Amino acid sequence: MRFSVPVFPGSNCDHDCEYVLRNVENQSVEMIWHKDTDLKNPDCVVVPGGFSYGDYLRTGAIARFSPVMKSVADFAAKGGLVIGICNGFQILCEAGLLPGALLRNKNLKFICQSVYLRTEETNTPFTNACKPHQVLKIPIAHGEGNYFIDADGLKKLKDNHQIVVRYCDSEGKLTPESNPNGSLENIAGICNVNRNVFGLMPHPDRSGEDILGSHDGNYIWKSILWTKVGVQ
Amino acid sequence: MTSSIMNVEITDKVIKEHGLKPDEYQKICGILGRKPNITELGLYSVMWSEHCGYKHSRALLKTLPTKGDKVLQGPGENAGIMDIGQGWAVAFKVESHNHPSAIEPYQGAATGVGGILRDIFTMGARPVANLNSLRFGPLTDPKVKRLFSGVVHGIADYGNCMGIPTVAGEVVFDESYSENCLVNAMSVGLLKHDQIIKGKATGVGNAVIYIGATTGRDGIHGATFASTEITNESTEKRSAVQVADPFMEKLLMEATLELIHGNLLIGIQDMGAAGLTCSTCEMASRGGAGIEIDVAKVPQREKGMSPYEILLSESQERMLLVAKPGCEQKVHDILAKWDLHAATIGVVTDTGRMVVKENGKVVADVPADSLTEAPVYYPAKSEPAILKKHKEFDENSVPIPTNLSEVLEKLISDPTIASKRWVYRQYDHMVRSNTLIRPGSDAAVIRVKGTQLGLAMTIDGLGSYCALDPYEGAKIVVAEAARNIACSGAESIGMTDCLNFGSPEKPEVFYYLDRVVAGLGDACRAFGIPITGGNVSLYNENPTGAIDPTPIIGMMGLFQNVENRITQWFKNEGDFIYLLGSIGQSIGGSRYLAVTHGKKTGLCPTLNLDVELKLHQSLKALADQKLLQSSHDCSDGGFAVALAESCFTGATHEEKSLGATVTLPGDGRVDGRLFGEAQSRVIVSFKAVNTAKVEEVLKKFGVPFEKIGTVGGDALVIGKEVKIGISRLSDLFFTSIEKMMA
Repeated sequence: MRFSVPVFPGSNCDHDCEYVLRNVENQSVEMIWHKDTDLKNPDCVVVPGGFSYGDYLRTGAIARFSPVMKSVADFAAKGGLVIGICNGFQILCEAGLLPGALLRNKNLKFICQSVYLRTEETNTPFTNACKPHQVLKIPIAHGEGNYFIDADGLKKLKDNHQIVVRYCDSEGKLTPESNPNGSLENIAGICNVNRNVFGLMPHPDRSGEDILGSHDGNYIWKSILWTKVGVQ
Repeated sequence: MTSSIMNVEITDKVIKEHGLKPDEYQKICGILGRKPNITELGLYSVMWSEHCGYKHSRALLKTLPTKGDKVLQGPGENAGIMDIGQGWAVAFKVESHNHPSAIEPYQGAATGVGGILRDIFTMGARPVANLNSLRFGPLTDPKVKRLFSGVVHGIADYGNCMGIPTVAGEVVFDESYSENCLVNAMSVGLLKHDQIIKGKATGVGNAVIYIGATTGRDGIHGATFASTEITNESTEKRSAVQVADPFMEKLLMEATLELIHGNLLIGIQDMGAAGLTCSTCEMASRGGAGIEIDVAKVPQREKGMSPYEILLSESQERMLLVAKPGCEQKVHDILAKWDLHAATIGVVTDTGRMVVKENGKVVADVPADSLTEAPVYYPAKSEPAILKKHKEFDENSVPIPTNLSEVLEKLISDPTIASKRWVYRQYDHMVRSNTLIRPGSDAAVIRVKGTQLGLAMTIDGLGSYCALDPYEGAKIVVAEAARNIACSGAESIGMTDCLNFGSPEKPEVFYYLDRVVAGLGDACRAFGIPITGGNVSLYNENPTGAIDPTPIIGMMGLFQNVENRITQWFKNEGDFIYLLGSIGQSIGGSRYLAVTHGKKTGLCPTLNLDVELKLHQSLKALADQKLLQSSHDCSDGGFAVALAESCFTGATHEEKSLGATVTLPGDGRVDGRLFGEAQSRVIVSFKAVNTAKVEEVLKKFGVPFEKIGTVGGDALVIGKEVKIGISRLSDLFFTSIEKMMA
């Protein structure tokens, strides 16, 4: 399968995405410079984490105006698979490809640690390899991951089954203690109405190998591969 | 503007304000054969400061061992480099940013990280890990909370934005650092042997190119400021602190590595302390050449800057490079790709002189070598009387507490011993997906992708021991850092040091410096570990006195097979627990004596270098044979604290902790056996089935050992003396700092 990873000057998880896709999943990966518009005909676009343009203003606020993001938006509009991780999620929200916004963490500090996620929806191209309510151990590393959306927006997310993963404890219970950043209703990741665009704060790119403490990120990558290859 | 500053008369007052002594001024006049103008005086002022010129420490530093089979680059460049095999090399260095952090904690610490990162990627290495060592006054002091919080925030923001994981560190809270906090930052980079590049300028006529951020008035005289004592007026020197822009540095790093790996450069040097001055004269001096630059061509942030200001600015995120002939266009293309400023500001010459012009008019003309060769001093030393008093301290005058469980609870909650989760949770310690052992264990471990190789790293310091006995204390710092590496299963291959002291011009302070360097050297020679570079930070004083003499050691360990790594945490119920080494009973110099009895005194623990080396070799052998489940050294808080720390499974408090039941070996003072800090001790656990093999290895190396108990249960039980539920103990350990900072 062909993956393309847009690279902004302040991207820093682009290497991690490239490594897990190429070396762990054995897929083809193209790195696309932010000034370019040709996505090189991908099956899936992975918008990586980092600080795209320094993010002194607001995370992802400038990245959405870049040439490459115009192409990503066009690709998504035609039904192409797009996954945004961490800063990639923030960029997709800023670009209007996903609803809602990511505010500063409740404790106002950057948080780096492993967390548990409960799979709320398995009927997406990004989670179809998971069992319903499967618990995934995946790390987070962000200062602005506090998901927020207004009441109408939240209702729409629920009506359309767009809440894909939520923060939980190791048993899969949704508790206030297991919500690291104050996200509304423990939301860790959502998809769009058409289910082809997915954003999440935790890093499946850092959890594809046991040597790193967890291989649960592979459930996300495997889902994408299954969707495209159709092995189900 | 320019003419007004050029016309400043060089009076005794002006010379003193530049931190130069009368005889140093005379020396400058001798070198030039005339009086310097104000710009030239500024150049000598920064280059002959202790921070850049090491004038009081150079003679001592030369006694340290710097050679070894694996050393590809020793001291004298931006960072040391060592061979790790399979064509790979590791670059690493530690540096201080104490003075700026004391005045402006966020910016001071952030620019400290930025500076050390530039030192690494300037050598052609991609930074892959950061470490830091921090020291503050007691955490109960609101001023300390502000400093601690600001420093951690500054380090986090810079490293996180750059995408370099901060994987290890240490934080100590002690009254000695109340007015002078210490912020030492270390960075580690990976490169292939053929990617090494140096900070030299050669080839007459080659273009000298400036890249990166514009030059402003920030940080003028930072290096001179760092070479004086902190006084009440120091806050007025806030303009000597620079402002950090990690995004700019990220662009600079990527562009620099692309230039170096594209083989387009002759030499490159970052502009750190002493800015353009230092990079220009050092590149010329190393290349045996001269450089001529025109400051009018330097990209400037502000209007009306004088040559003096441009040369002495310490604006961050700037580099100076010499391109290979014919490669200039390619250099400019790469810089344009990264949207970076670039300007050709001068040319390499064969005159050996650093010539500075402004719009073609010469404003400074000095021999490049003379700037990089600061005078060398051999300061007077005298043994402080307090050292004798420490040795005479009678331990029998200290009462033995009746409730020793309470003592352990107090120690485990002491901010110096307690978990630093509050700190490292703010650092992205996993980015680049190489971190195999995260912060919280004895050493952090990262992998080298595409190989079986791994790097173990740690940073350690022991000011409290060095204050009691600088020679033994220094030996122990090296031993403890190497022991942390050995506990992780790796072999120590090299180290970098940062010497944080008071004023070397005071004989009692210089005595400590002299003895510490002797101790470091002897330990390094005994262990066969070269020092590949480092930094001194002197003048850490204030009107009430100097800090404890504080050498900080960054130790680099190598795994041929990173699968052999070990963490400090117990793994399985029923595993056997052994104490390697001898229990000891002295409480001298211990954290226990300070925390429980309020006394920083007594006999410093002593260290037998041969015994220590055998311990490290046995740990490596045990790791290579995959015989151990856990391995943790006894340091602050001694035997009891090391056992407790072995119980807290996992660095992030997310997995279930395991209890243990052990006997308390030895005889003599019970508090000394529990909490004393005798050296060369490690607590290991292993599967019962491996007992014979483990004992065989330990006997082979002549390491004393004793079975003390087994892993299991929900409490830590030590003989009849201590019994505490693990969830309670673990909670105290992980939340102590969080509660104090809430």
